[in-house]
Amino acid sequence: MRIRIKGARLLDPGNIDDNKDIIIKNHLIEAIVDPIFDSKENETRTDIEIIDARGMIVVPGLIDIHVHLREPGQEYKETIETGLMAAAKGGFTAICSMPNTNPVNDNSQVTKFIINCANELGLSKVYPTGAITQGSMGNTLAEIYDMQQAGIVAVTDDGKPLENSNLMRRALEYCKGLDIPVFVHAEELSIADGGSMNEGFFATFWGIKGIPNAAESIMVVRDIALSELTGAPVHFCHISTKESVEAIRQAKKRGVKITCETAPHYFTLTDEDVKDYNTNFKMNPPLRSEEDRQAVIQGLVDGTIDLIASDHAPHSIIEKDVEFDRAAFGIVGLETSLSLSLKLVHDGFLTMAELVNKMAKHPAKIIGIKNDIRPGNIADLTIIDPGHTYEIDPATFKSKSKNTPFAGLKVKGSTFLTMVNGKVVYLK
Amino acid sequence: MRFTKKDILDIESLEPREISMILDTAQGMKEISERPVKKVPTLRGKTIVLFFQEPSTRTKLSFDTAAKRLSADSISISKSSSSIVKGETLIDTAKNLEAMKPDVIVLRHPSSGAPHLIAKRVNSSVINAGDGIHAHPSQALLDMMSVREKKGKIEGLNISIIGDIAHSRVARSDITGFSKMGANVCICAPKTMIPMGIESLGCIVSPNMETCIEGADVIMMLRIQKERQDNILFPTEREYATLFGLNKARLNLAKKDVIVMHPGPMNRGVEISSDVADSDSSMILEQVTNGVALRMALFYLVAGGSRHADSD
Repeated sequence: MRIRIKGARLLDPGNIDDNKDIIIKNHLIEAIVDPIFDSKENETRTDIEIIDARGMIVVPGLIDIHVHLREPGQEYKETIETGLMAAAKGGFTAICSMPNTNPVNDNSQVTKFIINCANELGLSKVYPTGAITQGSMGNTLAEIYDMQQAGIVAVTDDGKPLENSNLMRRALEYCKGLDIPVFVHAEELSIADGGSMNEGFFATFWGIKGIPNAAESIMVVRDIALSELTGAPVHFCHISTKESVEAIRQAKKRGVKITCETAPHYFTLTDEDVKDYNTNFKMNPPLRSEEDRQAVIQGLVDGTIDLIASDHAPHSIIEKDVEFDRAAFGIVGLETSLSLSLKLVHDGFLTMAELVNKMAKHPAKIIGIKNDIRPGNIADLTIIDPGHTYEIDPATFKSKSKNTPFAGLKVKGSTFLTMVNGKVVYLK
Repeated sequence: MRFTKKDILDIESLEPREISMILDTAQGMKEISERPVKKVPTLRGKTIVLFFQEPSTRTKLSFDTAAKRLSADSISISKSSSSIVKGETLIDTAKNLEAMKPDVIVLRHPSSGAPHLIAKRVNSSVINAGDGIHAHPSQALLDMMSVREKKGKIEGLNISIIGDIAHSRVARSDITGFSKMGANVCICAPKTMIPMGIESLGCIVSPNMETCIEGADVIMMLRIQKERQDNILFPTEREYATLFGLNKARLNLAKKDVIVMHPGPMNRGVEISSDVADSDSSMILEQVTNGVALRMALFYLVAGGSRHADSD
């Protein structure tokens, strides 16, 4: 049985940008051929399933390298299954799960559990990340090699920073030896000081303790220094401030081996949008100022920011329907990331090819996997409907959690189809 | 005019005309406390819950006294006696209170926005008796009442507020309220206690105390909250008093008829010297007296007054 995706624009930056049909056989891309609009052929062939994708864009599978799946341990917020259904709907053929589950993914048993669950589901793929330190407690290194053997693609203590600079140095050296990337949650906790939103007028206005930009950029600058010291690559998660963007820009110019990501909310919203103690606007790092939002966009435009990841952080009303300062940080993002990011294209900040780089190609490169549309490669593909206009409605989310600040927002562009290993896992 | 607000959550959400109406009503209530029998039947049969999740003596007693003088039944719950210690969420506690049909819930809570959270979920009126570092509207209103009573107006007056602005809900509400009513508000504190962007609430930030109180009609001293700081915001109380304490010498920089206010409780010898606190300029006890009248007015307006009247 073959699948033919017909009539779409095929866009794989650096490889192909043309109107071509793709033929998929089993789990592989079999051929890329000139489009045929012969309807007779469609009707007569019974061994080929036709996907009419006229007006659509076929791109290499989108990859979200920053996702909290919550299983094991907090299945009431999200399971691997619901998280992967949300991923498929969001257009992601693969995601990286963060290790801050319960128990923490700091050993190969947990890694294997996640991978086995995901394999059985046959939805989007999971490339787990493991903890840098045991229990992500920041004291002693976890068995990173063992987890790597089990299938982790990166390490991170995401959710908290690795405060001890010497341990961070050693972690970078150790991981360099294993050729595994380190993802950094950049936050200086003493200056964040228990704050709940961006420090500035709006925090003052609402009487909410603020988190200054420096809470992020201090750690970014520290870890740039440690990357230079050790020669190990560092990937910065969820960059939100202009100071961090500038520090990374300058370090890249010097040739330091760093990469970074931002999340759609940092280029879509600001602290002015935090209103009436709505905890769906509370995440860490917090929504920053308009100046920071512009700097993040500029960072995406000039390539300082390599990629977009959602920091999908599901929470139930138990964590969210409470006092603002007591509410959990984080918002869901898998099912809104593509639509929000497409706005950068509609607004002229990025070309479609640049967006595909930031949501498919660069993420793949960082975790060391192939993601090219070529005959013989695994058929992990996303088909984008660029013209579909709709209003974001959390009730339609596949994710178990609905904690989004984007409810009611009108957006343009969405997932038409998600294909993993040649199998359709989502079709609008 | 009719008072239409269900809740009193912060000063920001009150129109100047509503503030004036509250102050007028409070002024009328004040006389009741001067009577030999300090009780009127106005809110007979109404139930008021005083739900205090933070320690308080003056504010709680003031609300309680206000309720009783209007013949309402007031019931107090504190943090230790509430189900919050058993792990119940604030919303669930509020809904349970609501099920007992109170007319007003007065909430004090350590989290900013807590009264806003429950006001959306209950039909009872919610009065914010202080939320985190956000707002303390009844305090700001009684401050405005006291100033207006003494000065005959608020508009055009120079109001100086000195102390821990960053952690003070009183300061935020006073700045918003006084500037809304046309006063010139000037604040002063160690730079560690000036929150980012505070000017946009409607005040100017003085470089030092002398500049701040020069020509002041009203000086409002804020309590240094010893429990909130670990010598990270200023080195010692001694040094604080030297730079930001209100003493006789500094008082002379203000207008002759300046009035001195303090929301209490005072730290004598730290933010205010005893001779100033006990001087004729001091309105500190008058504030407490007005607090009862002001809170009677709030109860009357949300629970028994014109909000429920059929017509103007």
